[in-house]
Amino acid sequence: MAADDVSRRSGLTRAPWVLLAPALLGMAFLVLPLAGLLVRAPWTTLPERLTAPHVLDALRLSLFTATVATAVSLLLGVPLAWLLARVSFPGRSLVRALVTIPLVLPPVVGGVALLLVLGRRGLVGQWLESAFGISLPFTTAGVVVAEAFVAMPFLVISVEGALRAADLRFEEAAATLGASRWTVFRRVTVPLVAPGIVAGAVLCWARALGEFGATITFAGNFPGRTQTMPLAVYLALETDPDSAIVLSLVLLVVSVVILASLRDRWVSAGSAA
Amino acid sequence: MFRSVSRWVVAAPAALALLLGSAACGSSGSDSSATSSSAPSAAASSAPATANTLTVFAAASLTETFTELGKAFEASHPGVTVTFNFGSSATLAQQITQGAPADVFAAASPATMKTVTDASLAGSPTTFVRNKLQIAVPPDNPAKVASLKDLTDSKVKVALCAEQVPCGAAAKKALDVAGLKVTPVTFEQDVKATLTKVELGEVDAALVYKTDVLSSGGKVNGIDFPEADQAINDYPIAALTKAPGGPLAQQFVDLVLSQQGKDVLTKAGFESAA
Repeated sequence: MAADDVSRRSGLTRAPWVLLAPALLGMAFLVLPLAGLLVRAPWTTLPERLTAPHVLDALRLSLFTATVATAVSLLLGVPLAWLLARVSFPGRSLVRALVTIPLVLPPVVGGVALLLVLGRRGLVGQWLESAFGISLPFTTAGVVVAEAFVAMPFLVISVEGALRAADLRFEEAAATLGASRWTVFRRVTVPLVAPGIVAGAVLCWARALGEFGATITFAGNFPGRTQTMPLAVYLALETDPDSAIVLSLVLLVVSVVILASLRDRWVSAGSAA
Repeated sequence: MFRSVSRWVVAAPAALALLLGSAACGSSGSDSSATSSSAPSAAASSAPATANTLTVFAAASLTETFTELGKAFEASHPGVTVTFNFGSSATLAQQITQGAPADVFAAASPATMKTVTDASLAGSPTTFVRNKLQIAVPPDNPAKVASLKDLTDSKVKVALCAEQVPCGAAAKKALDVAGLKVTPVTFEQDVKATLTKVELGEVDAALVYKTDVLSSGGKVNGIDFPEADQAINDYPIAALTKAPGGPLAQQFVDLVLSQQGKDVLTKAGFESAA
């Protein structure tokens, strides 16, 4: 944010090479594999591959589940971030570390862990099934659960960072003027950290969109119900790499378009304010 | 507002990029051909250094038996280390055609082996065992599954392997032969993942190999069904033509085909090939 302003004022030419060289190398490292996909893409058969019903099904499912998972993460993650940033309670740093476990846990293990808790013989799942007849594995709701599990920490970390950096005096002023804690949160805190929330939501959505391991383990793989784009890509890779490349390109284009437009509209505008 | 966090968030990738940068400089300085992506030349140039290592790519269903045979091979070839890459045969075949440095490929279906022989990366393969499907059910068999026909009941949750992988192809064949239509709750990416769903009790039944049922050590029960005889998978094995381990590759294939190899494999539930 501040860095943006500086580069705008002094121009790229003044950037010291000690930073510029690794920056460009880093960019090449991240972008070249994408170029590889573009080079190898089967352009001649692209239109018919793109319009195959299973591709559209997988794309629709991916966009839907990633969006719902982000909504769930916002609903639960923002209050959690607030709790971690604003309320001091014993063992807070331990809780903070536990919350970020899905970041380091291999997603496949996360999927097994979800099965052990929410599966039909799981600690909670058993009870869900007998009491309400709800069974999460192998359903679209299960995909959302797996994606939210893996992606929510990105949102929590981002929002908590924003909350800790925010100026407490605004909240204190509102409180001294008689606002309740809920009103302060709603009318002062949330608008104050909105850019952090948006940035976290974008990260969370992107992570959910690309989720593979926890999804295939917890929700399985069934076309139209739990087969998201990454799962379709993985299985296509087994027999038909060209098809896998096409599917990956679709996922890439969709995410780049959405993330680029979001960044311009929300993130930079928000952080400039 | 990110400042306090962003200091760390920025520092970590920057340090990593610097590390990568210096590593790249180092290798390009010492070897100008380092950027060449031609796998064969890379494999050939590293052959002398890795001649004491044998790399075997084998189908996931061979995990237990080949690990045992690998130990036997190391015992009879002092100084040689055998490393394995177990996974879905289709994935392994893709990796080999993309230049993965492997010495031996043992596949769970002739179709996946064909990917490798078509690319002239292996000589003529030999069928060394055959594997039969079984219905795997949790020990308490909650859905009371007794035959293939029971899997068509919509109340029975079934897991099948995806059709792209050998166990899925075999399952489809067996169901086609029986004239049955089963709608599973999931198409799993390989046979071990399918088995796990039964072990955890998340599905009532799955079609997996008999050997996988045996290797689960009682965590699932296996039920034979007559149509399995018409969907038997042949397992081909071949030494790869660009084997970095040289003659060791054929020696490992010979071990698998020997009486000792047969004993290990049939004990695990495989049927002998001939």
